[in-house]
Amino acid sequence: MIYLQVLANGLVLGGLYACIAVGFSLVWGVLNVINILHGTFIVLGSYVAYYAYAYAGIHPFASVVIAGALLYVVGHGIQAGVINRVITAPVLITLTLTFGLDLMLNNAMLVAFTADYKKVNLANPLGSIEIGPVFLPGDRVAAMVLALLLTLLLYRLLRDSRIGRAIVAVRMDREAAALMGVDVKRINAVTFGLGALMAGAAGALLSIIYPISPLNSSMFLGKAFVVCVLGGLGSVPGAMVGGLALGIIESFGASWFGPEHAVTLSFGLLLLLLFVRPSGLLGKRGYE
Amino acid sequence: MKNWAILAAVGLAFAVLPLTGDNYLLRLATTVCMYAVLAQSWNFIGGLAGYPSFATAAFFGLGAYTSAVLQSFDVPMFTSWGAAGLVALLFAALIGGAILHLRGHYFAIASLVIAEVLREIVNTTPDLTGGGMGLNLPLMEGSSVAFEARFFFYAMLALAVLATAVAIVVHGSKLGFGLRCIQQNEDAATILGVNTYAYKTAAFSLSAVFVGIAGAVYASWVHYIEPPDVFDILLAVKPLVMVLLGGIGTIFGPPLGALLLLAFEELVWRNFLTVHAAVLGLIIVALVLFLPNGLLSLVRERLKRAGAQS
Repeated sequence: MIYLQVLANGLVLGGLYACIAVGFSLVWGVLNVINILHGTFIVLGSYVAYYAYAYAGIHPFASVVIAGALLYVVGHGIQAGVINRVITAPVLITLTLTFGLDLMLNNAMLVAFTADYKKVNLANPLGSIEIGPVFLPGDRVAAMVLALLLTLLLYRLLRDSRIGRAIVAVRMDREAAALMGVDVKRINAVTFGLGALMAGAAGALLSIIYPISPLNSSMFLGKAFVVCVLGGLGSVPGAMVGGLALGIIESFGASWFGPEHAVTLSFGLLLLLLFVRPSGLLGKRGYE
Repeated sequence: MKNWAILAAVGLAFAVLPLTGDNYLLRLATTVCMYAVLAQSWNFIGGLAGYPSFATAAFFGLGAYTSAVLQSFDVPMFTSWGAAGLVALLFAALIGGAILHLRGHYFAIASLVIAEVLREIVNTTPDLTGGGMGLNLPLMEGSSVAFEARFFFYAMLALAVLATAVAIVVHGSKLGFGLRCIQQNEDAATILGVNTYAYKTAAFSLSAVFVGIAGAVYASWVHYIEPPDVFDILLAVKPLVMVLLGGIGTIFGPPLGALLLLAFEELVWRNFLTVHAAVLGLIIVALVLFLPNGLLSLVRERLKRAGAQS
């Protein structure tokens, strides 16, 4: 019955991975920008939760709102002020730009918060949940449920709200959307802000699981890459499927081959998938 | 002919640097030459063919580890450098076959991930590569510190000159022409009968071979390598920053960018130790926003305007 436990671990991990990747996928799909800043946004969200808990006693789950709002403002500002200037340039330019911005933001965090690992130690942890033969840590499960709820919320926002429909329209055809009266530059900024919001919210949730340091940003970014390629680009369901798939694969990979090979396995899988099916598990074929 | 003359003049000017006897200068010049090799190599795939490759770090680390592991089995240094170049070349041809059908972001990410995979492989095979502990390289027998400084400077300089010479040949050849066609419109190039697959693979392999050797020379130069050092993502990003700085798709843009980037880096390191990454980031951002065609384009425009006025 060890497999049930491994599967459950994978699902919990996967829910969090989906939340990490969904904002990244949205920005990539709609703006055609690989946002290297994404990992740093997540870490920034974690710091917000850490300081809110340390100084104001706000539970990290409640900080999700604060971190999300703050990161939205940061993301909106970066897109409106900087990235919008070169948004139509080739991949190389926008990717290099976000890399430069990431160096700046990450360095600023290193100076402000130091590279020491910080950890949120909850005063009242939820203990463990026991379902048949499977044991699960309560806080992780709660974080995963919240992560999935947030992802669902984003999905509904994109489906049902006016602004959401405008975002999807821009993803489908930038020029046509502009002709229909959509303010593309503003939608760009809102989309990037939403991507940052999801990163900040994910960061707040992750603060109770992972130690917090600016050095972790590239690890989160790597996960977002793999999830996007696994699930296909720019759609919320794609990020969900990709996230859960990666969680399960890493969980089984770690139990079969040892945890030290988990990263190799997921990146190797990414290369293999790019080779045979670059559009991802749920992606449409022929969509670049 | 003009290009060969410039290459010879710059190469000679660098070659007499050791006469100054300034070891700090010599160390900087060695790094400039290494950067020039990386930038010139990236220009084949990124500048000419327009494929945003982030595989430079992978080739560099692969070269460094190939040579270091071979030397730990008592293979002579020069043989191990050659082997490093060959391994990088074959690896690029093989991987290129798998990922060069991807375009845009997918190619960028695939090429970025190669270095991560190699790094993890090195990390998890400590018996062969030393894993996270790193690997020490043997010292050269019966040599002095001053001799080694000069020796590795000339090695890197020779490599930079060689890479630039190949660039001159490629830029003027059918291969260079085909790659520029691919950059402008790959589908049209295919229709016109350019074997895009072979051309791209050739460009990708060219972008690997000199970087692999540079990694090997670097390993021998610093005597100690570890995965985070030689598979550093910055090794993949700096070449394209240098090329953007100097002028993308040009012959002397990449080495010029190498010189400029190192000058920036030295100034920043000296004056802003704790925030040097942020300042590098600021340079990158300013470059992308205000000078996307490189410094050479400014010079060329100035010349054109002067020519129009006279």
